[in-house]
Formats: sequence, C-alpha cells, structure tokens
Amino acid sequence: MSIRYGLQELMIAGGDLEWSKNRVKSHPDFTGSLFIREMATYDDLSLHVRLFMKSYPFSRYTITPTPCARLARPLDESRVALVTTAGLRSVDQSDFDRSDKRGDPSFREIPNTIDTRLLVESHRSYSFDHEAVRSDVNLAFPLDRFRELESQGAIGALNHRHFSFMGSIVGPRRLIDETAPQVARMLADDRVDAVFLTPV
Amino acid sequence: MCQQTVCLLQAAIERAGIGTVSISLLREVTSVIKPPRALFVPFPMGYPLGEPNNAPLQHRIIAAALGLLERDDVPVLDEFIR
Repeated sequence: MSIRYGLQELMIAGGDLEWSKNRVKSHPDFTGSLFIREMATYDDLSLHVRLFMKSYPFSRYTITPTPCARLARPLDESRVALVTTAGLRSVDQSDFDRSDKRGDPSFREIPNTIDTRLLVESHRSYSFDHEAVRSDVNLAFPLDRFRELESQGAIGALNHRHFSFMGSIVGPRRLIDETAPQVARMLADDRVDAVFLTPV
Repeated sequence: MCQQTVCLLQAAIERAGIGTVSISLLREVTSVIKPPRALFVPFPMGYPLGEPNNAPLQHRIIAAALGLLERDDVPVLDEFIR
C-alpha cells in the first residue's frame, strides 16, 4: 500500500472515520443517549489519521521556554474568558474557510450574552463525532457551565467576549504570528485574568 | 490538529500575562508541544468535556482543570480520573 500522502490528503482521508459514533452505537451500554468511556489515543484513530499524526512534525511547535503567568488574584475574583477550537460561530458571522489547505487561522468573537443554542458548529474535521457537540455545545464551549460558576461565585466574572477558532490548522504560521497574538492582546486589553481552552 | 491549535493559542495568551489551562484529548500531542497547564481527559475526540448534556460531569472536569491554574511548576500535564 502506498503511504505517499500529502498532509491535507491525510486530513481528508480521515473522512472514513465515523469512528466514535459507530463505537458509541455498538457499545453494549448504549441506550440512546451518547455513552463514551474509551480513551482518545492514537490507537483509537483510523490508520490514515494515525499515519498523519505520526508523521506530522509536532515537535517543531514545542513551546519553549514555557511561559508562566500566575493568577493575579483568586479565581473567585478573576475575570475569565473561554477559547475554543471547535469552529463555533453565531449565525450572523461568516463561516470559516474550510477550503484553505493550511487551515483557516481566523477567529470569531463570541459575545458573552449569546444564547449557546444559537451557536453553529462548522468545523471541517472528519476525525470526530460532530453530533455530540451539536447536541450540547457546552461539550466544547462550556459557556453555560461557566455562567453557573459565575452565579455561584466560584469565578469573579465572565469576560464580555470569548473566542472561537477552527482547530484544523495544519500550517499554523499565520496563527502563531498573527491571530493568536491578536486574540491574546484583546484578552489582555479586556483585563482577563484566566482563560480556559478547549479543543474538540 | 485541534490539540496543536489549542496549545499554540494557550502559549500566546500566557505570554500576554494571562493564566491559562486547557483540556487535552491527545496526550501524545500535548506532551510534545508542552503548553503551560493541561488536563488530559479520557474521552474520544469530539468529547472534551466528557458527555453532552451531563452538566455534573462537565463541572467536575472544569473544576479539575481550573485547579491547575494555581500551578507554576509548568509545563503541567495532569490527568482527569473519572
């Protein structure tokens, strides 16, 4: 078998996956609601995606030295923002560019006041089960959970905005040089103390 | 690639002086990229906070992750035990 895949072909080759959904439905404990127990490791992924993950030069992007920002104040006095890479946007925002071979490094600003049921998930990756996050967006963008923490006083306050990226960025140069520092500056301008990030 | 994107965003935000913590679905990726603080969760891709419509589980995962914000012995890669 030929393994001469380009990076993007390998990403797209993951499209035969449907793996987590099928595993859920074939699980003996599956009762109609989603039920998941297994670990996500390379071994769980399809051959195509495994080949991609094994060959991708993740070590090129090792963060060194490790930045370390201590919380300036206790969490129950801190301003908190969320960042997700689940490709979420509100209905009135433009879609992410799913045709960009390197991955679309742009972001969408999600207002804190949004009704989370109105968020649209349009991530291009085939390597995960989209139905789960579409049935409960809090799975990858837990804004309702953080609203509960805010009302309980466990966190000081939620920031007035949060940020969403579409995570399948194979060539992250523009992310590293442009959009990630841009969002970091916006969060600093907002005087955010702590950020909680979720992949999908 | 979502995992790598999270790590890179996290590094940029932490460099701006803001404490960060992320969820990791792929230990292999997170352990190589080494963001400041991450909580590995034993769930498949697409399920970073465990299960849809299971607020108690989602809260347990969030609480475990937020607990890591206290840590300055970075990089920290902890594991959520269900």
